[in-house]
Amino acid sequence: MTPSGRSYEGQALVAGAATAPALVLEAPLSLWGGMDPRTGRISDQHHPQVGATVSGRVLVMPSGRGSSSSSSVLAEAIRLGTAPLAILVEEPDEILVLGAIVADQLYGRTCPVLVLAEATRRIATGDHVRVAGDGRVTIIRSDR
Amino acid sequence: MRLSDADRAMLAGVEGPASQLAMRVVVKLAEVAGAEELIDVTSAHIDGCLYHGQSGLDFAERLVLGGGAVRVPTTLNVSLLDLLHPDLYLGDQETARAARGLMDAYVAMGCRQTWTCAPYQLPGRPTFGEHIAWAESNAIVFANSVIGARTGRYGDFIDICAAITGRVPNAGLHLTERRGAQVVLDVRGLPDRLLDEDAAYPLLGHVLGLRSGNLVPVLDGLPAELSEDRLKALGAAAASSGGVALVHVTGSTPEAPTLAEALQHRAPVRIDAVTPTMVRTARDMLTTAGQGPRRLVGVNVGTPHFSVREFGQLIWLLADRNVHPTVEFYANTSRHVLAEVEARGWLAPLERAGVRLVVDTCTYVTTILRRTDGVVMTNSAKWAWYAPGNLGVQVAFGSLRECVDSAVQGRILRDDALWSQL
Repeated sequence: MTPSGRSYEGQALVAGAATAPALVLEAPLSLWGGMDPRTGRISDQHHPQVGATVSGRVLVMPSGRGSSSSSSVLAEAIRLGTAPLAILVEEPDEILVLGAIVADQLYGRTCPVLVLAEATRRIATGDHVRVAGDGRVTIIRSDR
Repeated sequence: MRLSDADRAMLAGVEGPASQLAMRVVVKLAEVAGAEELIDVTSAHIDGCLYHGQSGLDFAERLVLGGGAVRVPTTLNVSLLDLLHPDLYLGDQETARAARGLMDAYVAMGCRQTWTCAPYQLPGRPTFGEHIAWAESNAIVFANSVIGARTGRYGDFIDICAAITGRVPNAGLHLTERRGAQVVLDVRGLPDRLLDEDAAYPLLGHVLGLRSGNLVPVLDGLPAELSEDRLKALGAAAASSGGVALVHVTGSTPEAPTLAEALQHRAPVRIDAVTPTMVRTARDMLTTAGQGPRRLVGVNVGTPHFSVREFGQLIWLLADRNVHPTVEFYANTSRHVLAEVEARGWLAPLERAGVRLVVDTCTYVTTILRRTDGVVMTNSAKWAWYAPGNLGVQVAFGSLRECVDSAVQGRILRDDALWSQL
């Protein structure tokens, strides 16, 4: 087991707090055509992690990709409670931010979206990650 | 961020709750994008009219109730329903009702009932240098690349907010310096005969999307003055396999008369050679049908929506032959192009041959296909990319000629002369 408590300074695009196990994606994911908001499962047949569930996780990925309809899919997943508890991306993603802020305006709940450089290298699937409102990302337990 | 007095008034709710909510969303996006100000747009294209669930409907109805009305000419993307051929829809009625409610909400805000993913095929499209707010990834890449208008990679929610406020963040591809190519894809290693084929362009687009990351690419070494249909197929593929919102094509797109101008006279980050192997790999990635029994059950063309010229090619390739009775053949298009097809006297012969025209929607986003238990062939990289996940079908990518010949014969036929070059 590696030392835990590692902490990084991220940038909160949509602020919020969450603590959950991470799901780290090896490839970018377009939520539209790539994630089923009814189940929270990755449905993109081309994605290496097809079948994995994002719900209840801190979703870590290099970037969003593809369709501009992904904002709707994120808002819908937030409404249905199948969304990740937070999303970490390596570069700013306007499409994800829009889904998160519209869900906040409509339903009063959201999904924090943060930019963290090298997030997919710094965090491994299964790490317990805490995301704070100021953008700080802490790995509170890692089984690596 | 500097906001104008009018921006601030909207934000304060002076123009009603819908404008206030819309301006809040635009300003939030501007913050994320690091914009210093908002700018006016001259048109908008809305993707939010395609039903994905209750949240999209809740948002549109909130805007309608708040007095939302578009300030600039605004076109609508495909929806879930073909309003001219309602019998084609096989999904559940509850979803259809919600989808119709969503469509009605956008029409109530003053959007034009265009229902097409190819608004660039409509009269009065934007011109070079205009700032616009377009959503739908293929429309975005076409507007930026082929027309030289300027739009960010807008999506659901921000599209209608931009239309209601008439404003977008002055960021990203609205800025001249962000439009220069950063990565060069050199296609000189590909056989000339392949580049004479329409089928090469969606495959090149697929390769481009996979290799560009978030950089602006330029394709160098293609024949000059490529048709808009080829550029459409290229861009749509690149925006499906990747997040491409602008691609320069030397000699074909307006900001790339030369490679140096496409690069804005800067050195590229990277120069990649596109090899025949990459194109073959792209074709294979877009073909999920394996080596086992490959029963052809359908052919789908028109993603993005078929142009008048493409219908002409389809009729020419059919050459008075009929689609095999075991194959469903769908051609997706807009009601605008349908009217032109009818005016040319092409509709009756197409229907007699067994081609079903679908408008207002697209067969990979809704429930229209009656048979999903075999292989569906398509000449669209975008259809081939998304349909397996959306519809659960097996797909085979092919040229339009291969699609037509296969549809007529009722089994997948390959043009060996085309693919043996790879």
